[in-house]
Amino acid sequence: MTRRGLSWGARSVVGLPLGWLLLFFLLPFLIVLKISVSEMEIVTFKDLVTWTDGVLHLQLKFSNYLFITQDELYAKAYLASLKYAAITTAWCLLIGYPFAYFMARARAALQPALLMMVMLPFWTSFLLRVYAWKGLLGEGGWVARALDALHVDQLLLALGLISGPGQYMNTPFSLVLGMVYTYLPFMVLPLYANLSKMDPRLLEAAYDLGATPWVAFWRVTVPLSKAGIVAGAMLVFIPCVGEYVIPELLGGPSTLMIGRVLWDEFFANNDWPMASSVAVVMILLILVPLALFNRAQAEAQAKQGARG
Amino acid sequence: MTPGRTERALGRSWLLAGFAFLYLPILALVVYAFNASPLPTVWGGFTLKWFGQLAQDREVLDGLWLSLRIATANALGAVVLGTLAAWALVKYKRYLGRTLMVAMVNAPLVMPEVIIGLSLLLMLVSMQRALGFPERGWVTIWLGHLLVGMAYATVVIQARLQALNPQLEEAAQDLGARPLQVFFLVTLPMIAQALASAFLLTFTLSLDDVVVAAFLSGPGSTTLPLVIFSRARLGVDPSVNAVATVVIAVVSVVILGGSYALARAERRRAQEVAAAAHSH
Repeated sequence: MTRRGLSWGARSVVGLPLGWLLLFFLLPFLIVLKISVSEMEIVTFKDLVTWTDGVLHLQLKFSNYLFITQDELYAKAYLASLKYAAITTAWCLLIGYPFAYFMARARAALQPALLMMVMLPFWTSFLLRVYAWKGLLGEGGWVARALDALHVDQLLLALGLISGPGQYMNTPFSLVLGMVYTYLPFMVLPLYANLSKMDPRLLEAAYDLGATPWVAFWRVTVPLSKAGIVAGAMLVFIPCVGEYVIPELLGGPSTLMIGRVLWDEFFANNDWPMASSVAVVMILLILVPLALFNRAQAEAQAKQGARG
Repeated sequence: MTPGRTERALGRSWLLAGFAFLYLPILALVVYAFNASPLPTVWGGFTLKWFGQLAQDREVLDGLWLSLRIATANALGAVVLGTLAAWALVKYKRYLGRTLMVAMVNAPLVMPEVIIGLSLLLMLVSMQRALGFPERGWVTIWLGHLLVGMAYATVVIQARLQALNPQLEEAAQDLGARPLQVFFLVTLPMIAQALASAFLLTFTLSLDDVVVAAFLSGPGSTTLPLVIFSRARLGVDPSVNAVATVVIAVVSVVILGGSYALARAERRRAQEVAAAAHSH
């Protein structure tokens, strides 16, 4: 590669994937943006710019956005999505951080097998694993019976997370359980990658300086794993905000999330401009987390490159 | 430094509980596939009848065949595009659009699927209005899966490319190899493992997708996950358990066998490289 620029071959290596992404990733978003301000026509949408009688017409329709801000349904669904995504992320971190930590501290010979075991459910169909919870939490299911026996249902009922004693399905409880279950590996994997590379001498130094294991953990291990926490949290939070399959299979009428609203606008109401507006607002909500995730990824990749 | 006894006990129980949580639903799926009673919670004795019915279920078989074709095409395309993108990100550090490319590769990893499905559909519809193609069908589903698959493939291949010792490629160049020769004779064998994992990962992702396929499928192109989803929505269905058991069995065998073979090949390669480095 010369200083003046890339060679012809290098240009095509860069240009092909870049062009592909521009065409199939960036352009579709611009089209969604366009359609969200379009007039509805039967089945599809009207063109923004029309040419009639030699005059160029530009029609923008912001009523969809106005409607989103006025109708309570949308605000509620957006808030519910953010709430359930945040709760799911917190639980994944609570379960996943110690999990990744103990994995990284296990015997070196054991670690590849442990890693494989975290990946394996991730390879077997996510749809089927979510479906399995329907049977486990339904009346007489394994988990439902275990929770009944432990009287956990009284606690969940008192917290308002289930609809009645022994009724676990189609409640906020089953929804969050399903999302935590699905996204837990996404939290564990970046955390493990981060924690397993940590220099053990740093902890030893902390101990030598008189820190107790608890203090060393909070003052050394946790701050050093910040990049892993951010990456894991965003890998869980962002897709959860727009999740459709899990709320549809495990959620109920009280857990309307925005992914389902978008789906219904599109498939049930056939209102493409409205679905586009809902999508645009959803993108705006996840823009900051997306930027955080992108920065964490870029930093991790740069670090990897410096080491290699 | 070795962990203390309490830490070891806590660690062991935490890992055990975590794995129990991850594997319990899989176990339940498989067990109830052999349940003679169609009710999900009543054990009616052992049976294989659901598997027998599966073999005659046209909807499932057609969906499976379509899904396998799309998954294969998707994995092939994703590995090719992912290799190019990873190469463009690792080997060239300064060009117009690099920052944008990093963002566009990372975003599909987390972007909610409803947004990807909707935006691609609206673009493809606009394209069809203007150009007359593509019809909604397996090609459009394939394009959608390729977008997500390419992102995953790029991340996997990029990590491997970055870990490579550039001296091996430089040595080949110094010995007079052309860039393409260097790539196919030196780089490709060294990243083969990453390409294989990217292939397997994007294959399974495609085989699992409901949302993007729902937006992009047309009449007559119902993939297996769409069939499963429409049945799972209605309730617990033993035919879904039977499909699940077959999928889990096949995936476990392929993944375990594949990773074993890859690990062995990798070890042999490392030994060869070490031996070559030693003898010079």
